[in-house]
Amino acid sequence: MKTFDYFKPSTLVEALDLYEKYGSLAQFLMGGTDLVVNIDNSLVAPDYLIDLKGVPEFSRLQLAGSYLEIGASVTFSELVESSAVRDHFPVLWEASRTVASNGVRNRATLVGNICSAVPSADSAPALLVLQALVVVQNRAGARELPIADFFLGPRRTVLVPGDIVTGIRLPLPPASFGSSYIKMGRYDGEDLAQVCVATFVNDEGAVRIAFGAVAPKPVRAYEAEEFLNGKVLAEGVLEQAVPLAMKSISPISDVRASKEYRLHISGVLLKRSLRASSSRLQGKGPEYGMSLV
Amino acid sequence: MKKEITLRLNGYETTVAVEPHEKLLDVLRDKLGVKSPKYGCGRGECGACSVLLNGKSVRTCIMYAVEADGQEIVTVEGLEQDGLTPLQKSFLSHNSFQCGFCAPGIIISATELLISNPHPGEEEIREAIAGNLCRCTGYGSVVDAIVDLTRRE
Repeated sequence: MKTFDYFKPSTLVEALDLYEKYGSLAQFLMGGTDLVVNIDNSLVAPDYLIDLKGVPEFSRLQLAGSYLEIGASVTFSELVESSAVRDHFPVLWEASRTVASNGVRNRATLVGNICSAVPSADSAPALLVLQALVVVQNRAGARELPIADFFLGPRRTVLVPGDIVTGIRLPLPPASFGSSYIKMGRYDGEDLAQVCVATFVNDEGAVRIAFGAVAPKPVRAYEAEEFLNGKVLAEGVLEQAVPLAMKSISPISDVRASKEYRLHISGVLLKRSLRASSSRLQGKGPEYGMSLV
Repeated sequence: MKKEITLRLNGYETTVAVEPHEKLLDVLRDKLGVKSPKYGCGRGECGACSVLLNGKSVRTCIMYAVEADGQEIVTVEGLEQDGLTPLQKSFLSHNSFQCGFCAPGIIISATELLISNPHPGEEEIREAIAGNLCRCTGYGSVVDAIVDLTRRE
């Protein structure tokens, strides 16, 4: 087993300085639920691990102005237990509950989930329909990126060496909205998604749709959104939206499902999710957290 | 480069020297003699290596021991310091385990659930132990034991 040196900086500046010193020989560690497995499988072989869990501001989870700020060390369990997340961003709450298992959610972080950038990342479709901003810091300064520009492909993001994602900012939605997240897996429990979909609608007729696990990266279905914007989401309209949404995805066959199955299920789940979001917008059920599969 | 770490392990302050790449699971089992957490999948999926870290269940096979420096760890050995817990007794009376390899992990997960939610519904119980794989009994008798306990207490 290859060994490494371990650092646990207590400030962001210290963390950035350590990376400046060791460069690509170093890896940043947060929950470790992906990174440690990747090190064990020799996918990465750092000489230095920089554990970011000691930076106090990364644990922040709070409403500030018209945003919810989620620090880089906030775990999925903390999101599930947060009333701010449940009340204002229930689609993220629903998605967070489906991540792996409780024991993993106690360590795994939202920021780590998007930095790993696997196409099936549960949080990604929810963040896409919520129009999340990713806050990135490096030695040159800080910048904010829309989540829609963050993913490039499987396990690839726009981050460059020396960048640290310090948190996520979620703009507070208007008072009246409906949203839902549906994850289809081979069984209930800790499996990765075969298909996952998030939708968001508001009382001004705006519709946002995002898919996971059916393209090289989590994607918005812009063409279907444009078609649905301003329309009453009646059954016939939903049917017409399905082929438009299919244009935004390009699933592959793998151990979890075939390409054909994923295409079919994507359409089924899209309609179910839109029905649920639309019904929630009108103040009717299904209750958030209920299985929609 | 060895590092000295201090844990509060099952109520006792414990200091141990570890290499940064040593997993918490290996340090608990091989250096500290705590044998209830088991090595199962080695990738955080089966739950056999679970312990309570600051009251939350975590997978010690995908955690380095250095990450636990200064923190509190409770294993099954700690839970049963004053005799078997009501949960363990319920598992025994329901014959919940056959080979027993998954048992410590399931005890940890169920203990964590019952601390925050003493009267969970069956769905909540199943979700709490969804990350603990058992290859013998098929979970029915495990769930029964937890349900039975929460109805009695």
